[in-house]
Amino acid sequence: MTLAIHATSKEKRRGGALDPVFEALCAISATTLLAALIGVIVSLLIGGWPAFQKFGLGFFVTSDWNPVTEVFGAAGPVVGTLVTSVLALAMALPVAFGVAVFLVEFCPSVLRRPIGVAVELLAGIPSIVYGMWGLFVLAPWFALHIQLPLMLAAPPGSLLANLIAGVPNGANILTASLVLAIMILPFIAAVLRDLLMTVPPPVRESAYGLGATTMEVILSVSLPYVRRSAIGAVMLGLGRALGETMAVTFIIGNSHDFPKSLFDSGSTIASTIANEFNEATGAMHTSALIALGLVLFLITFAVLAAARALLGPAKTV
Amino acid sequence: MASQLIIARRKIGNSIFVAFCWLGAAVALTFLALILLSLITKGLGGIDIKIFTMDTPAPGSPGGLRNAILGSIMMCALAMVMALTIGVLAGTWLAEYAGQSLYGKVVRFVNDVLLSAPSILIGLFVYTILVAPFHGFSGIAGAVALALLAVPVVTRTTEDVMNLQPSALREAGVALGSPLASTIRRILWRASSTGILTGGLLAFARISGETAPLLFTALNNQFFSWNLTKPTANLPTVIFNYALSAYDDWQRLAWVGAALIAFAVLFVNIIARTLARESRRS
Repeated sequence: MTLAIHATSKEKRRGGALDPVFEALCAISATTLLAALIGVIVSLLIGGWPAFQKFGLGFFVTSDWNPVTEVFGAAGPVVGTLVTSVLALAMALPVAFGVAVFLVEFCPSVLRRPIGVAVELLAGIPSIVYGMWGLFVLAPWFALHIQLPLMLAAPPGSLLANLIAGVPNGANILTASLVLAIMILPFIAAVLRDLLMTVPPPVRESAYGLGATTMEVILSVSLPYVRRSAIGAVMLGLGRALGETMAVTFIIGNSHDFPKSLFDSGSTIASTIANEFNEATGAMHTSALIALGLVLFLITFAVLAAARALLGPAKTV
Repeated sequence: MASQLIIARRKIGNSIFVAFCWLGAAVALTFLALILLSLITKGLGGIDIKIFTMDTPAPGSPGGLRNAILGSIMMCALAMVMALTIGVLAGTWLAEYAGQSLYGKVVRFVNDVLLSAPSILIGLFVYTILVAPFHGFSGIAGAVALALLAVPVVTRTTEDVMNLQPSALREAGVALGSPLASTIRRILWRASSTGILTGGLLAFARISGETAPLLFTALNNQFFSWNLTKPTANLPTVIFNYALSAYDDWQRLAWVGAALIAFAVLFVNIIARTLARESRRS
């Protein structure tokens, strides 16, 4: 008994002294996060500064990218990033919405959990796997069965012919967007499904009770109910697509020219950095790549901040 | 008559909508099945004992992925040690000390941004602070980059789980005369351990396939090595280099590597989900 009291009082003294130390440790760890984000911004600013200084606004509007003469214009990769991401979102969103509604409304209850879990698991597969699949499976199939027939069928000089001009090897902006779309699809679908699940049953049931069809319930009742968060979820998907590196690098064809058609090879900011950073010889080349990184950071930061403002804090489990 | 027309139109519209949803689900599941199929036929089919006993080869000679597997495991383990230490403490601070203070809100926002920041930028950052100044790529730099990607996941789950603990637990600790720090360590952490473990597993699943941040930090290494202060072989970079090469045998190894990573990630994710469900039930 005395021993126990002795032990607890000792523990109390020791713990009491440890209290501020422990709190400080926790606060320091939290500050590490802030320091990391500030560090990312500052290092990109410092590293990219020479390029911004030398090329000014021309960095964003020209598309000469020539490491030999040290002239760098980032319009190609910047436009490539925006075009692939927006195309990917345009392709993924309708399908993801369909999947989410299917899981909430139509799926036989036996299959609901397995399909739901499958969708969530596929959102976690590393992007390099999607990239490899795109390179070895999708690109050859696309070149043979879609690109070549289309190019043969399109009348020369027409709008269609211009849209699909390019080398028929399957490595182009459109296939890159398609791989990106497949990659962000499970993610958007999972979040949308969770959102649709939060609509209270009485709200939906009263709409059904008024004689609304399923379509009317989803489009006029459920979707407006979660509108704000749904837009946030979509922005989050867009943020993923913008910053994605490996899935795109494999398949976009890596050309720095301004993309002229959907079947033209192009590049994104992330793929340019991934391909060239280690081989960059001149200081200006490195600086231009880091400046590109800063541009990417600013774009994704804006999108993510908007998404978070609409969606509230992240949920991981 | 008119009302019947409207009803018919609504019914047709609804049928189209229902068909569209079924089609969407079918399209999504087909694509995902196609990817898994490629992984199984091209990847799992190529697995033999040599993959685990031999190092990455020159084109044309026999080889495996032993050095890359070891490098990946070492870097991920080191990254997880760092990420769990910082992440659990930071999450604890957010849940127990920060409250609704302005700084707490700032850290929460920063954590959310880091959670989905492009991983290649984390690689650039670590290159600037750990590779360029020391004139050398290293496994440690790779591990730091991976840790930076894992920390936000651990922080977020830790905060969420600790917020779920009933305040009666905290009051019980304080009523026993225990200082707050001991209450947190001995009672709250113990009660939250399953949740924190789940977060750790999810973070591990996230970083084990990350490629972009390793390209300019860990680089790659053809040889078997335990040394993390030198360039370190790792599965993602090997997959990237070999897949883009022109050699058939290298491309085959890349598929095997991709299958190994994908199924490891799936496995870890399933464990994490099972744990999360168990703890929710109890």
